[in-house]
Amino acid sequence: MKYAYYPGCSLHSTAKEYDHSLRATCDMLGIQLVEIKDWFCCGTTPAHSVSRLLASALPLGNLVIMQRMGFHEVVVPCSCCLSLFKSALYEAENEPRLRVELEDIVDGTWGSNINVYHPLQLFSMQSQLSKISNLAKRQLVGLKVVCYYGCLLTRPPKVAQFDSCEYPESMDRLLRTLGITTLDWSYKTDCCGASFAVTETDIVLKLCRDILEGAKSVGADAIAVGCPLCHINLDTRQEEIEKIYGTHYELPILYFTQLMGISFGLSSKKLLLGKHFVRAGRKLEEVMQHA
Amino acid sequence: MIKIANETVQLASGLSDFGKTVKSISRVDVNLCFQCAKCASGCPVSYAMDYTPTQLIHAIQLGLIHLVLNSKTFWLCASCQTCTTRCPQDVDLAKVMDAVKIIAQRNKVKAKIPAIPIFYRSFLSNLAFFGRVYELGLVVTFKLLTRNFTKDIGLGLRMIRKGKLRILPSFKGALAARMILSKVKAKEKQ
Repeated sequence: MKYAYYPGCSLHSTAKEYDHSLRATCDMLGIQLVEIKDWFCCGTTPAHSVSRLLASALPLGNLVIMQRMGFHEVVVPCSCCLSLFKSALYEAENEPRLRVELEDIVDGTWGSNINVYHPLQLFSMQSQLSKISNLAKRQLVGLKVVCYYGCLLTRPPKVAQFDSCEYPESMDRLLRTLGITTLDWSYKTDCCGASFAVTETDIVLKLCRDILEGAKSVGADAIAVGCPLCHINLDTRQEEIEKIYGTHYELPILYFTQLMGISFGLSSKKLLLGKHFVRAGRKLEEVMQHA
Repeated sequence: MIKIANETVQLASGLSDFGKTVKSISRVDVNLCFQCAKCASGCPVSYAMDYTPTQLIHAIQLGLIHLVLNSKTFWLCASCQTCTTRCPQDVDLAKVMDAVKIIAQRNKVKAKIPAIPIFYRSFLSNLAFFGRVYELGLVVTFKLLTRNFTKDIGLGLRMIRKGKLRILPSFKGALAARMILSKVKAKEKQ
């Protein structure tokens, strides 16, 4: 199977480990990812806060390049990029006049057969799930994880068209096929404050404290994520949160693709586990040795 | 007028002028809101706002343009879509917040939280120059503009040591991105 791939800015810098682990797991599943040639930034919050046209034009510009490469399906691992891509298609679909303007701006058009997938969506297909369970060399039994989906992967539902918007289960199902225990908890789709990472850090610290606290209180060994912005806030700010709030979490934040990679028998070097600020943790090392 | 007979609840006799401006950008009719406060109770940032999202919508219904544009509320919208997802009237609040941000910036209103529109500008000029966001460059521009040089320095250095920040920028996609930005600007001037 072959898909176009839009990594987005984060996966080339702050979230290299997500890029590497996603490519490695896709390789093993026989999914070929072809990066969109000379892709550019989706514009994220600054674009939709400044101009409605710009917010749709940037993602659609990338989709037009993708189409010229002969693809109509794209994998977008960052929830924020994903949400902007889906929302650009949705808006253009529902407002013919806007579509005409956008076609003029991006100098091209796009078909109704275009599909934008988060890797979770791809891996949740029944055919992939059975492949995944066959590839699981190490059954990660004994590892207790909470799945953190973040706000934009499933919301708003009319645009996202994936999983439940309040209590999603796709990542839980996926990780359970690897033998991991996934716990019920209340913060699956709460916001980490990503758009304030640089400007209003206090908000990020408070929101992330609530998420970490929620994970700790149900007894999680780690938090699994599928968005580079959730990851950077929960991982790189964790020490600061502990200092400010006088708490102790030491909760490793892992991409769900890294957990898949570990289960498939890939090395921690290949999965770039060493890139995280919070060490992968004793529990995970234990599980990796014995599994 | 509130007409109960034909089951349409419409506050006042129509949209306020400000409500119309908001609608022209967001396509959202704020008069559909019946003030149930579900948005305010689900909003993760309402604790830091001066007016809750519900109150802000009410103010737009009433046409209180100055109160709205001088509030912190819309700048503090995290765009997490919780309100939009839960609104029983299908009012896309996140879109309304974006529309208010756009109106405030177009009219050069002095922002209650100046760092946020400065960040937007720094980000978009970075995008126009590099095509893909060059984080180090973005942080430097933002620091120069806000004159806050010490914040998060330790974090930044640690990220560089971990190889999480690119030292050199890439220019891939820059041309196409710049073209889109300038075309949008030209269209919006029309």
